[in-house]
Amino acid sequence: MTDMTTPPSAPPRTSTHIKITAETVDFWYGDNHALRDVTLSMGKGKVTALIGPSGCGKSTFLRCLNRMNETIPGTRMTGTVRLDDRDIYNGFGDVSQLRTRVGMVFQKSNPFPKSIFDNVAYGLRVNGIKDRQIITHAVEDTLKKAFLWDEVKDKLSHSAYMLSGGQQQRLCIARALAVRPEVLLMDEPASALDPISTTKIEDLIAELKGSYTIIIVTHNMQQAGRVSDKTAFFYEGKMVEAGETTQIFTNPQEKRTEDYITGRFG
Amino acid sequence: MGNGTTVLATEQINQVLNNIGDRKKSQGIIPKSLTLLSVLLIAAILAVILGNIFLGGIGVISWEFISQSPAHGLEEGGIFPAIFGTVALVFLMVIAVVPIGVLTAIYLHEYTRPDSMITRAIRISINNLAGVPSIVFGLFGLGFFISFVGGFLDSVFVIADDRPYWGQPAIIWASLTLALLTLPVVIVSTEEALRAIPRELREASYALGATKLQTILRIIIPQALPGILTGGILAVSRGAGEVAPILFTGAAYYLPYLPTQLNHQFMELGYHVYILATQAPDIDKTKPILYGTVLTLLVLTFLLNFTAIFIRSRMRSRRVAD
Amino acid sequence: MTDSNQGTLPFKPKSKLFEGIGSGIIRVSAFTALIGIFLIFVFIFKEAIPIFTSEAVQETASLDKMVFKQEFREGRDPLWSWAPNSRQPKFSLMPLVLGSIKAAVIAMLFAVPLAVGAAIYSSEFASKRWREFIKPIIEILAGIPSVVLGFFALIVMATVFREVFGFTYRLNAFVAGVALGLAVIPIVFTVAEDAMTSIPQSLRQAALAVGANKWQVSMTMVLPAALPGIAAGVVLGFGRAIGETMIVLMASGNAPLTTASLFDSIRTMSATIASEMGEVVVGSTHYNVLFFIGTLLFIFTFIINLGGDLILRRIKERIQGKVT
Repeated sequence: MTDMTTPPSAPPRTSTHIKITAETVDFWYGDNHALRDVTLSMGKGKVTALIGPSGCGKSTFLRCLNRMNETIPGTRMTGTVRLDDRDIYNGFGDVSQLRTRVGMVFQKSNPFPKSIFDNVAYGLRVNGIKDRQIITHAVEDTLKKAFLWDEVKDKLSHSAYMLSGGQQQRLCIARALAVRPEVLLMDEPASALDPISTTKIEDLIAELKGSYTIIIVTHNMQQAGRVSDKTAFFYEGKMVEAGETTQIFTNPQEKRTEDYITGRFG
Repeated sequence: MGNGTTVLATEQINQVLNNIGDRKKSQGIIPKSLTLLSVLLIAAILAVILGNIFLGGIGVISWEFISQSPAHGLEEGGIFPAIFGTVALVFLMVIAVVPIGVLTAIYLHEYTRPDSMITRAIRISINNLAGVPSIVFGLFGLGFFISFVGGFLDSVFVIADDRPYWGQPAIIWASLTLALLTLPVVIVSTEEALRAIPRELREASYALGATKLQTILRIIIPQALPGILTGGILAVSRGAGEVAPILFTGAAYYLPYLPTQLNHQFMELGYHVYILATQAPDIDKTKPILYGTVLTLLVLTFLLNFTAIFIRSRMRSRRVAD
Repeated sequence: MTDSNQGTLPFKPKSKLFEGIGSGIIRVSAFTALIGIFLIFVFIFKEAIPIFTSEAVQETASLDKMVFKQEFREGRDPLWSWAPNSRQPKFSLMPLVLGSIKAAVIAMLFAVPLAVGAAIYSSEFASKRWREFIKPIIEILAGIPSVVLGFFALIVMATVFREVFGFTYRLNAFVAGVALGLAVIPIVFTVAEDAMTSIPQSLRQAALAVGANKWQVSMTMVLPAALPGIAAGVVLGFGRAIGETMIVLMASGNAPLTTASLFDSIRTMSATIASEMGEVVVGSTHYNVLFFIGTLLFIFTFIINLGGDLILRRIKERIQGKVT
C-alpha cells in the first residue's frame, strides 16, 4: 500500500517537518497595503497561532493560505506560498483542489441551512463522491473525529440550526474535516462562544494536532498559550516575531511583542 | 468498485477520500448557459415588443396626431383629448397620493417603533394594497366613491334637480381610485429616502431646540425630497398605465369636450388603446392610430420611469459617497 | 437683540397647538392604507351580500348554483354555464374560475423558468456589467402597462401564434397566458433574485472552503437555501396572474368554456367584471354576482400576499438572524 496522503502526481517532499511556507507575501485590498513582506513557515502536525491587535493582518494572512482572499474583488497578492513544496497558485489543478487540502473554519459558526448530515456530506458531494456507502461512512467517521457523533447521531437529519452555538462551530469543523484536509485554518473559531464551548473547541484542537497542521488566528492570548506550539506576532501588516510559543510568551525578542503580550496595547 | 451492492472495504473508502481533491469537477457550463439563455430570451422578447411598437407607431406620430381630436369614429384624427385626460387624471391623483404617502412614511419612520402592533398592521395593509388586483380597485371606486361618497354628496347638496352630479363616473373618482392604488409606491420610495437620512442630522436639529415637527418640516422633508419626487413620478407612471380601475369610474369612449370640472368624464390613453384595439369596427383602418397611441403611452411612461430611476440612482450614489 | 439683561434671545414661544395639529395630521394620514384596505373589502363585499341573504337572488345565483352543475332544461345533461344575460340567467362561476386558472398556469409555466433562470444568472454568474444590463431590462418590462401587453397579444402574438401553431381560436388561453407571463416575469425575478443575493457571504465562503467551485456553490448551496424565497416569488406571481385584467380581457377570447384544452378561448374572473360591470343594472342579481367575484379575487390575493410575505420574513429571520 502506498502512502495515501501523497497523491501520485505530487513531487517528492524535501522537508518533512515543514507543511506550509510563506515567502515575502504582500497583500492589498485595493490601495490598502494590508500585508508587508511576510515570511513564515508552519510546522507539520503542529499548531501555529497568529496573534496581534485588530487590523494587524493576521486574518488576511490566514486567508492567503487557501486563497480565500480571492473571493473579495479588488484584492492582490504577491510572494509565494507553498504547501509541501507545491506552489498554491501553480501547483494545483484549480483552487478548489487546494481548498480540499487546506480546510477552513470561520469566526462565526456558519452551518448551511441543511441537515447535520448534509452539512458534513456537502464537501464530499461537491467533490464528486456520490456513493452513499462512502458518504455515510465518511460522515460518521468525521463526526467522531470532531467529537460530535455522540451528541448528534440520533438527529442527523435535523437542521443544523437546531444545534447550540458551540455544537454548530464543531459541526463546521467536522464539515471542514470531511474532505480530509492536511491543513486546518481557524479564524478566531471560539471568539463568539461561551467559556465551556471554547474549552471544547480547544480540546478538539489538541486532539486534532498531530494528524493535521493547524493554523489558528486568535485574539485571546491565553488561548494561544494553551493550544499552540508556535506563535507569530503580527503588527500593522508585518510579521514582527515568530517562535516557539513558550519562548514568545516568556522571552520575546521584540519590544512590540512584549508590549502586546503584557497587555500594554491592543 | 462503484457497484452499490458490494461492501467496500475501509481501505478502499480511505483511498477514495484521501484523494478527494484530485477528482474531476464539472465546470457548470450547462447551468451557466441555460440561465444565460433565459436572460437573452427575455431581452429578445422585450426587443421584439418595443421594436414592433416603435416601428408601427413612429410613422403616425406628428404634431397633428397629438394636438387634434379623434374624427370619423376614431378612425382618423389625433389623440389630444386622451393625452389631456391622462395628464389631468394623474395630476389629480398626485395631489391626493403624494401628501398622504409621504405623511404615512414619516409616521412609520419617525413616529413609531418598527415592531409595534400599529406599524405592523399598517405595513401589512400597504403590502396587501400593492397586491389587490386593479380591477378590484375599479369595483371599489364604483361602490365607494361613486355610489357611497358621490351619492351622499348629491343628497346633501342638491345641484341638479334630477340628474346625479357627484354620484356618477367622473375624473375625481377615477383619480382618487388610482391614488389608493399607487399609495404603496409613494410610501416605499419615501421610506427609502428617510432611511438614508443620518441620525445625526435629526439629533443636531433637536439639540438646537427644534421640535419634532420643525425637524420634520425643515430638515427631514427637504432631505427626502429626491425620494419623494421619485415616488411621485413612479406613481404617475403606474397610474398613467392602469386601465382596469378607471373602466367604470370615469373613462369615456369618446367625448366632444375636455374635462374641465371634477365631475366630468374623460378620455385616457390606456383606455383609448383598449377601445381602439377591441371595439373598432375595422381594425385595419384604426391600426395606425392604435400603434401611435400605444407608442405615445409607452414613451410617456418610460420617460417618467427613466427620470425616476435616474433620480433614485443619483440619490443612492450620493449616499454611498457619504 | 434688544433684551440683553440676561443674555437670552427673544425667541417666540413654540406653539403647542401647531405641533399638535401637525402630528395629528401625520397620524391620521398614516392610517389611510389600513382604512383603505378595510374599506375595499367592506364596499365590495357589501354588494355581494344579497347572494347570502336575498331569496330572489338565490333563485338564480345561490352558492351551490354557482359551484355545481345545473340542469337548465329537462332531459339535458347538467352543465356549468355563465350566461347572465340570457332569458334564463345562468351564473355558474366554474367556467370563469377555470379560465383564470388556465391562463395563470400557462403564464407561470412560461414565466417561472425564464424569471428564475434570469435571476440565477444575475445573482450568481453575471459580471457587474451584465448585471447592469439585466436589471434595467426587467425594470423596463415591469414598466410596460398591462394594456400595452394586451394590445401586443391581441394584435401581434395572436396572429403569429395561429400561423405557427394552427390554433382553431385566434384568441385563446395560450396567447393570453403567455402575455400574462410577461407581466409576471418581473415579480418572480425580483423576489427570486433578492432571495439569492440575501444569502450571507459567510455561507458562500464556507462552501468554497471545502472545495466547491463557484457554480457548485450557487447550485448546491445558494439555490436550495433560497428555494423558499423563490417559491414566495412564484406564489406572488401567481396572485398577480389571477388578478391581472387587461391582458386577459383583450387576448383570451372571453368565451366562458369549460373545456380542458389550453388552446380554447377562455373567460377569466377579472375580465368578466371588466367587460360586464359597465352595462349591468345596479342592484340586479348580475351586479351582486360581479361584486361577489370581486370579493373572491380580493380574498384570494389577500391570502396570497399575506402568505408570500410571511415566507419571505421567515427566511430572512432564519438565514440572516441566526447565522450571520
